[in-house]
Amino acid sequence: MRQKTIFSYETPFSGEHNIYGFVYGAGSYSDPSEAEPSAAIVGAMRGNEHQQLYICSKLASRLSEIEEHGDIVHGKSVLLIPSVNYSAMNANHKFWLSDDSDINREFPGNPEGTATSRLAASLMEELGKYSYGIQFPSYYMRGRFIPHVRIMKTGYESTNLANLFGLPFVMLAEMRAFDEGTLNYNWQKAGTEAFSLYSGGTSRINEEYAEIATSAVLRFLSRMGIIKYNSMGGNISTIMEEDEMISIKSESAGFFKRMKNVNVEVRRGDLLAEIIDPMDGHVLSEVRSPVDGIIFYQQDAPLIYQNVVIFRIIKKIHK
Amino acid sequence: MIETVARVNLMVNEVLKIKKNRLTPDNITGDEKRIALVSGIYGDELQGMYICYEVIRRIKEDYGSLTGIVDVYPYINPLALEAKTREIPGPELDMNELFPGAKSGALGEYAASCLIDDITSSEDGPKTEFCLDIHGSDLYLKEIPQIRMNDDMVDEIMPYATKLNTDMVWIHPSNQVKNGSLVYELNQRGVISCVTESTSAYRIDQKYGNQLVDGIFAIMKALGMWQGEINQVKKPHVARDNQVTYINSESSGIFIPNVDVHDRVEAGMLMGSVINVLTGTVEQKVIAPTSGTITAIREYPAIEMGSLLARIVEL
Repeated sequence: MRQKTIFSYETPFSGEHNIYGFVYGAGSYSDPSEAEPSAAIVGAMRGNEHQQLYICSKLASRLSEIEEHGDIVHGKSVLLIPSVNYSAMNANHKFWLSDDSDINREFPGNPEGTATSRLAASLMEELGKYSYGIQFPSYYMRGRFIPHVRIMKTGYESTNLANLFGLPFVMLAEMRAFDEGTLNYNWQKAGTEAFSLYSGGTSRINEEYAEIATSAVLRFLSRMGIIKYNSMGGNISTIMEEDEMISIKSESAGFFKRMKNVNVEVRRGDLLAEIIDPMDGHVLSEVRSPVDGIIFYQQDAPLIYQNVVIFRIIKKIHK
Repeated sequence: MIETVARVNLMVNEVLKIKKNRLTPDNITGDEKRIALVSGIYGDELQGMYICYEVIRRIKEDYGSLTGIVDVYPYINPLALEAKTREIPGPELDMNELFPGAKSGALGEYAASCLIDDITSSEDGPKTEFCLDIHGSDLYLKEIPQIRMNDDMVDEIMPYATKLNTDMVWIHPSNQVKNGSLVYELNQRGVISCVTESTSAYRIDQKYGNQLVDGIFAIMKALGMWQGEINQVKKPHVARDNQVTYINSESSGIFIPNVDVHDRVEAGMLMGSVINVLTGTVEQKVIAPTSGTITAIREYPAIEMGSLLARIVEL
């Protein structure tokens, strides 16, 4: 494994900071070997993406073992960048400390722009060399969800390759206005087969889902001929459009008492949750499933606003 | 008349309300024109508060001169203003990316939808002729009074923008006028709208505020909505994006400026220094790369490599 500095910057009060990448399969500093840039993996971009960093730490451990056993295929290499914003994580802050900017809205970046724009440009310069790209972003809604591969319909996407992760679902999503500033979109545009792997949560560690995500990445690398690794076959992914899911919104605001968990099969009419008045404790509304299906997403905040999405259900599907 | 245009139940014992003050002439003829003033879309921008107050105060002082309808929405993101955060607290969403919103949406989207409906509706009055979205820069920069507009709407917006008494009109694809912003969506719906920026976040600059209020009355006068006297307004300098030079820091530390907004600088002139407070040394002398007028200067002193220190425009 070789450590590589992707981007360096200084802050006014803490001095020099470096964003590191770790390259597996390209030898060491003292003994570098020729290897093509095969796959790059990017972890936490925001300060609250603890699950994403945790998965990277697991991957780093496994990739080290694989490399030690000589099981990175000769001539191939894997770059792992566990965190591009560790200062925010240390300060318990979500976005870039100095200006609250979101790195995942700064791509493709500008080498002469603000710090996050320069960081994005440096990342793109490095990541664009790789054939395959895997990113662990956080879901845009707070809560728990089934691990899945999400692909934006950019015109460059490949659902066939996404199946090779062996996760239960591959979710196809329409592009939203802000997607043009994300790593995934710009990575695809730069010619890399890029995938977003959503790993079940953000600020809390979910060991089971972290293991699923780690295995999925290693399975993919193995199937692409980058590592030699015997893994279980995983799932034959169900490909679905994100918009086809049924969203259930809160009819009232208050305490959100969950009765069902994600990845559970439900019937139409099943009680999924109750919303309770924080002042007098009475049930303001019962949340019932409008369809048969599987709970894909569940809000996990103790208190919720009115009209927020609290469940998303994949309709008419059985486990 | 004070009206509530949106109300949303918050989680514990509170209802979020977005209010407007509709000022109408004493005698309605049915031929009145209508404008809307919106502020407080970001919880750290307070400049619009003063402007809304001053417009209402001046109208009330000479109510008989009002011959049109003025809708004032002083604080459309009240939760963020209460919490002193830029975005909507909780979901941390940028309200100016949520338009046109949705009635079935959560707090921000619902409020955005109600606001768009209220401004574009002609159910209880004429359709809004013009909307001004009043911003107050951000925490990091101090800016001269300016109007920002997209280059695809210049012909429609410029007749209004040039009357608003700002120092500059900046034609560019800024994030204040993009898809999802209030102004963008209103323009799409036929309500001519633009954004004004001035001063910096968490501040009120009364001089700039009064300058913009004079401009608002000039527009009202031009639309036949105000029969009273108005102060003379200045003609703004119109700048295209390629006339704006950005000066970004190449080091980190504390920025000590030698210049202020409105100052004229010549190429090669010292604009300020980036200092190291531990060693007592100057890390970087910031030199003007071009001649022009300072239209924005760093307000928040702590900077890092890449921080925007100033904009220079050849006015």
